[in-house]
Amino acid sequence: MPEHRLKALTPLAQARPVITTVGRITIAENPDVALASLAQRRGREADFTQRAEALLGFALPAPGHAVQGGDWGAIWTGPGQWFLEAPFASHEDIAAMVKNAVTDAGSVTEQTDAWVRFDVTGRNATEMFERLSAIDIHRMQAGQATRSLIEHLGCYVICREAGSRYSVLGMRSAAASLHHALVQAAEAVA
Amino acid sequence: MIINHPLLGPRDSQEFTYLGDASLIDRPDWQAPDAVDQFHDYLYLRDNPAGEHRELWFHEQGDRSWLVVTRNVVTHEILNVELASDVARSRGRSK
Repeated sequence: MPEHRLKALTPLAQARPVITTVGRITIAENPDVALASLAQRRGREADFTQRAEALLGFALPAPGHAVQGGDWGAIWTGPGQWFLEAPFASHEDIAAMVKNAVTDAGSVTEQTDAWVRFDVTGRNATEMFERLSAIDIHRMQAGQATRSLIEHLGCYVICREAGSRYSVLGMRSAAASLHHALVQAAEAVA
Repeated sequence: MIINHPLLGPRDSQEFTYLGDASLIDRPDWQAPDAVDQFHDYLYLRDNPAGEHRELWFHEQGDRSWLVVTRNVVTHEILNVELASDVARSRGRSK
């Protein structure tokens, strides 16, 4: 094995995660997330559900929802399709772990390096999302998640705590643009 | 315009793209003896009602599901929204 002396960079191309505080809102880049997409195969719904639940320890969320339990989180992304997230340090090979669990009842793709996650906290975070997206942010309860547009970018918004704590998943290739959009909206309501 | 998504509730129309008449679901059998005639009608013949129209919409910036939207093209009122997969299955399709 050759020895590589490489330093990992965050999605915003920094050595450390960027944490921006604007007024009462904090926008924190969170690179400690491994992501995989999980889709059920047609005709294998029963096997799929049972195997996925055995891995996660909880039932897969219904449309428009996200569930967190132990190391794992699951986000509904479409009919019969979910994103699974877990800490990167312990689940770097998340796709293989999930595939080993569901075997031939589901299809899995590695998503970790395709996404950037920003954790937005602050009591006026809802005002910020009002300016960013068509999501009805005031009706979102903890445990709800949805995908919509933020500045022309398709993003998942996950409500961790209604009114004050949200996660945004956006495409990593546009991480800096998304960060800029979030910071600008935060400045507008600061 | 707001489309009342059957799974996700009311959503802004900017999240959707439009394909066309919902009759596109009824794709003819390409192996039928008169397939050429059937495909001619499937591709080119459309009703053009001034009133209720069933259309295929795609939730591109949301959960990427295909919907059949019944819309009054005169008033733009949306009367009904169904998952296209449910509509196709109710017409005997397997997928």
